Amino acid sequence: MKRIDRSKKVRTGFHQAKWDEPIIFELSTPGERGVSVPKANAAVAAAVGDGISDLPDHLKRKKRVNLPEISQNRVLRHYMRLSQMTLGADVNIEIGQGTCTMKYSPKVNEQLARLVADMHPLQDEDTVQGMLQMYYEMDLYMREISGLDKFTFQPGGGSQAIFLMASMVRGYFESIGEAEQRTEVITTLYSHPSDAAAPAVTGYDIVYVQPDPDTGLPDLEAFKAVCSEKTAAFMVANPEDTGLFNGHIKELVDYAHSVGALCCYDQANGNAVLGVARAKEAGFDMCHFNLHKTFSSPHGCSGPACGAAGVVEKLIPFLPVPSVEFDGKKYRLDCDAADEEYGVSKVRAFMGVAPVVLRAYCWIRMLGPNGLWQVTKTAVLNNNYLFKRMMSIPGISAYYEDGNNQRVEQCRYTMEQVTKDTGITSGDVQRRMMDFGMHFWTSHHPYYLPEPITLEPTESPSKKDIDEYVDTVAHIIQECYQTPDIVKTAPHRSTIHQVDERWMDDPDGWAITWKIYNRKYQ
Amino acid sequence: MKKGFPNHPYIPNSVPEIEREMLDFIGLESLDDLHKNVPDALLFKGEMDIPEAFGSEYELRRHVEELFSGDGDCKKYLNFLGAGCWQHYVPAICDEINSRGEFLTAYGGEAYNELGRFQSQFEYQSMVAELVGMDVVNVPAIDWPQAAATTCAMAHRKTGRPQIVLPAILDPEKRAIIENFGRATIEFVTVDCTEDGQIDIEDLKKKVGPQTAGVYFENPNYLGVIETRGAEISRIAHEAGAESLVGVDPITLGVLATPPEYGADIVCGELQPLGIHMNYGGGLAGFMATRDEEAYVNEYPSRLFGIAPTVEPGEYGFGDVAYDRTSFGDLREGGKEYVGTQAALWGLTAGVYLATMGPVGMEEVGQTCMQNARYAVKKLNEIKGVRANSAGGLFFKEFLVDFTATGKTVSEVNDLLLSEGIFGGKDVSAEFPHLGQQALYCVTEIHTQRDIDRLANVLARILA
Repeated sequence: MKRIDRSKKVRTGFHQAKWDEPIIFELSTPGERGVSVPKANAAVAAAVGDGISDLPDHLKRKKRVNLPEISQNRVLRHYMRLSQMTLGADVNIEIGQGTCTMKYSPKVNEQLARLVADMHPLQDEDTVQGMLQMYYEMDLYMREISGLDKFTFQPGGGSQAIFLMASMVRGYFESIGEAEQRTEVITTLYSHPSDAAAPAVTGYDIVYVQPDPDTGLPDLEAFKAVCSEKTAAFMVANPEDTGLFNGHIKELVDYAHSVGALCCYDQANGNAVLGVARAKEAGFDMCHFNLHKTFSSPHGCSGPACGAAGVVEKLIPFLPVPSVEFDGKKYRLDCDAADEEYGVSKVRAFMGVAPVVLRAYCWIRMLGPNGLWQVTKTAVLNNNYLFKRMMSIPGISAYYEDGNNQRVEQCRYTMEQVTKDTGITSGDVQRRMMDFGMHFWTSHHPYYLPEPITLEPTESPSKKDIDEYVDTVAHIIQECYQTPDIVKTAPHRSTIHQVDERWMDDPDGWAITWKIYNRKYQ
Repeated sequence: MKKGFPNHPYIPNSVPEIEREMLDFIGLESLDDLHKNVPDALLFKGEMDIPEAFGSEYELRRHVEELFSGDGDCKKYLNFLGAGCWQHYVPAICDEINSRGEFLTAYGGEAYNELGRFQSQFEYQSMVAELVGMDVVNVPAIDWPQAAATTCAMAHRKTGRPQIVLPAILDPEKRAIIENFGRATIEFVTVDCTEDGQIDIEDLKKKVGPQTAGVYFENPNYLGVIETRGAEISRIAHEAGAESLVGVDPITLGVLATPPEYGADIVCGELQPLGIHMNYGGGLAGFMATRDEEAYVNEYPSRLFGIAPTVEPGEYGFGDVAYDRTSFGDLREGGKEYVGTQAALWGLTAGVYLATMGPVGMEEVGQTCMQNARYAVKKLNEIKGVRANSAGGLFFKEFLVDFTATGKTVSEVNDLLLSEGIFGGKDVSAEFPHLGQQALYCVTEIHTQRDIDRLANVLARILA
């Protein structure tokens, strides 16, 4: 036998699973059942009848629900096949979803999170002492990580945590009689869109402080130009989605405080700074972390999630309730600290997403303070290693390389030179990456930087993984110049070919459900 | 001070030799040279007071299992709590699918690398649309309260009117969420409920007018009562040019009429009953549903996945419908509300549940809930001083139980039940003081006759 040559660096032989699976309604065969359902026993039925006859005719469903009728085995096979056509972080080298912190989600945490599956949120406190202790200790850990004074785990995602912060800002200014005066929230171009959109829902006008064209970060002069007595809050990520850490952030925060505004720290990019820099030292009044990003809870196709939000002492009365308190013997749910008139009281039902909080708890306990620091240092090391390698690919560059900036945990690159040379866009290259079992994310909209590619390796990939990723990008960029058609027409070895999206913005053409598809396209 | 954690299993490049090699490559001496742009004043120089890491995965497991070993759950206890989070049977297939790592660890990829995510969400949207009798359903919202808040906001934006009418009987926490979400632009008005727990039609007529954007009501409502006059409520709303907004528990809809049959324009509700464990409240996920009309579709803040052809004949593809209405689009804060990570895995799970249950399963589960709940009411009413569903309204799986005449408070009754291994119904005496000592009980298809008899026997004994 001849030795098999596996010296290639790029997975040119990859092909994603392609099952050509029908839409689930097409699998239906009348009479098939997926599960047998508990029935009321004969004595119950004898005592109360069929239950449904109590309903007047106008309240009864007229026809059975038009759901598919499928045996259990076939339902399972359908969804197993769909799962195989989904490249979650367990499957691929997840370096490409910048801003999303796609780190490894340890399996033991997943198993432990299922311990709470059958708990009801209104169970007596005596029956959830372990659960409450976990919440209580998580609050203490998050205080250490941020330097702030109290956390809530109620928000069901990062954007809801931002919305909560904006709601607390509103409550605070109402409580001191400045709500009428303070109508604006300042944010930056490279903070998450929700840092603008969520405060807008609470009624604020959104003002952008523009980045310095050289450093990519707003400076104090620019900030002074937009910050005034009308400012309610400065809502900002640091590092921003460019991966640039604003070393002058405290000057901005101090200035905002000098005009009476509050400062809210979006720490969705918190993986850059664990144990290195905290909200407290920068002077922030509030912050939030995404437990489904920085703290390893899996993203779940986009939730369930938790945006853990923390505040300084004076804002504790504005946090939603209940909080978990401990008297030395017993943990209990408490509403006493809340400001009844101006507090937010509730943004999500019950106590938020307990399994997500528990997974984050497990993750912190497997790392400890030294491990958290290591997470951040390795994530930043990985990113700087990736950065140097990426920047050596002809046609790839990054804005704001002023000779002083060092990226933290991520970077938004640009391939505008490649586009100028070849006409191939970052969207084209994104599709071609999928032919190698990989992926990258371009950027939030609008694209403030042209032809963007946003990469965030986190601490999870090995050096070999990063090398393979960069080699694949380099391979495709070379294709852009040598065999451009293969990139423009990609993907070729993914699940499906290019989607014809012409109807996505056409009310007469779009089809958001199978019912509508069948109605519009008979 | 010791820093760092070499060779950590979750951090491959914490291997010192690799770390050195990488530092050399980027021309740095040590990890301290990273974070160059963090000025000294911002550097955290203390130590985080967090416990040292467990030495092994096994130790973590032992710790967490022991931490929770004293806790009860609805398997150890016989549970009659509902009130926004309900115990139903979760078919094994639901857990099997939602624990698949491919789905569990996917996030925001494209229809190519995450086709299964797009297709499963499209299928979930499609099946819930059939269940609720609408055309369009969103990728899940955080929970029912948030879906209801958005439903009200959608009606407000669509009509350009300032007022939303909310019923007097509404989960106070849900009301707080709805009002906090909407209050920058919406004025909330409360309509009374009659003694039997339904919307007071005469009061509604007074509350609805040219300022009304929508009338929100639930079926069944927070206290379990089925609203029998939905068509009249919708007619009153429509005659004033307002929207009819209906919140539902979707597991009722195998047997109950769909909201559009009584005039609903926007439907919302909670997905958790559809194959999702309660998870201490973490299993919640909300949905909204409308007709396929541009004026409605354009008001959704959520992502909506649509089916589309690809360049390859015979291939299903998917994409984002009307993406620019969302805050992920070019308009950012000019889009509709905001969008972000919410509860997609539970949408996927609800889809698996509906595909598994099928039309017959959904009818059967509805029927069993109604029979068991009626049986429970009958048994409880045999106990001296206890009056279950005393107002006599129609109900599905939840109903009030009045303990006032027993001389005991709900809190006292629940403490006694707890000592017998039973979670009694939610105490609503503080939320609705005029009702006296009443508890909201939930009985579903998971309760056997023996369970219900046990509750009745224990109550009879402790109240005697």
